[in-house]
Amino acid sequence: MAVHAPAVRPKAVRGPEPRPRRRRTGGYWVFLLPSAVLFTAVILVPFLMNIGISFTRWQGIGDPRWLGIDNYTRLFADERFWASFRNNLALIVAMAIVPTIVGLVLAATLFDYVGRKFGPRTAGTLRAAYYLPQVLPVAIAGIVWGWIMHPRYGALNAFLGLFGAEPRSWLGDPGWALPSVMLIMVWFQIGYPVVIFMAGLQRVDPALYEAAEMDGASWWRRFRHITIPQIRPEIYVVLLTCTIAALKVFGPIFVLTRGGPGGATLVPSYFSYQNFFEKANVGYGAAIATVLTLVIIVVTAFFLRIQDNEDGQS
Amino acid sequence: MIRKYSVLVSLAVLAVVMLVPFAIVTLNALRSPQDYSANGPLSLPDGLYLDGIVEFWNRVDFGGKLWNSLLISGSVAVLAVILSVLNAYALGIGRVRGRVWIMVVFLVANTLPQEALVYPLYYLSKQAGLYDSRLGVIIIFTVIQSAFGTYLLASVLGRFPHEILEAAAIDGAGKWRALWRIVVPISRPTLSVLLIFFFIWTWNEFFLPLIFLISNENQTVPVALGVLQGDKMMDATMSSASALLGILPAVVFFLIFQRTLTRGVTVGAIK
Repeated sequence: MAVHAPAVRPKAVRGPEPRPRRRRTGGYWVFLLPSAVLFTAVILVPFLMNIGISFTRWQGIGDPRWLGIDNYTRLFADERFWASFRNNLALIVAMAIVPTIVGLVLAATLFDYVGRKFGPRTAGTLRAAYYLPQVLPVAIAGIVWGWIMHPRYGALNAFLGLFGAEPRSWLGDPGWALPSVMLIMVWFQIGYPVVIFMAGLQRVDPALYEAAEMDGASWWRRFRHITIPQIRPEIYVVLLTCTIAALKVFGPIFVLTRGGPGGATLVPSYFSYQNFFEKANVGYGAAIATVLTLVIIVVTAFFLRIQDNEDGQS
Repeated sequence: MIRKYSVLVSLAVLAVVMLVPFAIVTLNALRSPQDYSANGPLSLPDGLYLDGIVEFWNRVDFGGKLWNSLLISGSVAVLAVILSVLNAYALGIGRVRGRVWIMVVFLVANTLPQEALVYPLYYLSKQAGLYDSRLGVIIIFTVIQSAFGTYLLASVLGRFPHEILEAAAIDGAGKWRALWRIVVPISRPTLSVLLIFFFIWTWNEFFLPLIFLISNENQTVPVALGVLQGDKMMDATMSSASALLGILPAVVFFLIFQRTLTRGVTVGAIK
């Protein structure tokens, strides 16, 4: 499938130019016109406006008042802002790091062990089970877990009650709210790396594994020396996309905790939403959103950079 | 032998754990409130009880929400594919000047968080009379999705066999005809994957629809269910009926599009 190519080998996008063509070019820019108009209206102008607003005090009505960098100095002194990024780090662990590690082990076991000993159907069925949460809109995943973890009628308390545990407000307790949200996000994310890694493993020559096995290489050695190096491009892609998804996370927080209790699950995206639409601190909200944008661009550039270096070496 | 099966068993146990939330929500959506208060959430229901789902369906006009989601996601999918094809034709085949920079713009647009656009979009759409309308959301997501589509398609069309286009040019076909008669039909497999992805991604969106679709009759499925969370009127069985109604369309799409999705899931990897 042609569609695999860009994801599996992102270098292809930047690959060598096709041979020079004799046909006359020119005039193709007309096809870009509709997008030029729409992108200007929907992305470019709003993006620049947001940056502009971030230097003002504005309540959404009336005229914005110019503040210079005051919003930013206030932001960097705001404990809630730092807390929101700390919570974001926790969600990067839950949405990118843990799923990548667990996904690697699962994909390798399904591919190299279950697939060969029990047949591809068994491996496929297990993969589908791990992937199912991924098909849900993330807000719906939050609704499902909001119900399960409900302090009064949720199934989790009823289940733990069978073992004599006290009922708990999982999402309402400042100490438990963030770990609970992290757990939910691990559940939601895990299928994605499993599917991507298994697709990547299709490229690997099975003879490689057979030869290693005949040489007496243990499963762990095969995992470290064959699986991981072979699907390194997929690992980067998964880490990058999941980290960005974690930085942008909003739906589950809105549905599950609204950033609470007491800011225990506040994330930058929800923090900016609060300032935009609940507190009418539009300038401050715009500053948060601008910083979030910068963080995402830096993270993306960083990943693309190490990926480029890796490509250069191999 | 024992080791062989212990690996399989632990993987199977994990699979069950992943599926338990789906099962538990389904069980309780099909349970009567009386059954719930007598037996709690963990037992099998006494009998099939559909009134909870029907009552919730009617209360939120779930049919209307499904229609809104279908209309918005379907329109975005079609329009965004058209826009992506036009852009990719100019960039991948036309190789217009400055295409590298144009691609960078699309790539950056693709990674921008919606938070950095939301307030100006909110403000501008109010000025344009598009606030709280499905059309406004359709326009915004068409542009957002086509940023990704352009990026992907431009690289696919960059490898398009030029002999075919040259032959068409000799036959007197203009650029417009070559696009619709040759490039689009030949790229159909990629375009259909994009179409399905755009549809599902738009269906799953929450942040912008939450802000732009405030009136009840315009809301999509995730937004309608999301804002009902924590509603005092929702008891245990009705809450799980709402969760089940959110799950069902997603699972149905997954089953319908499964083959395309599993073949093309790595496409999403660049998003």
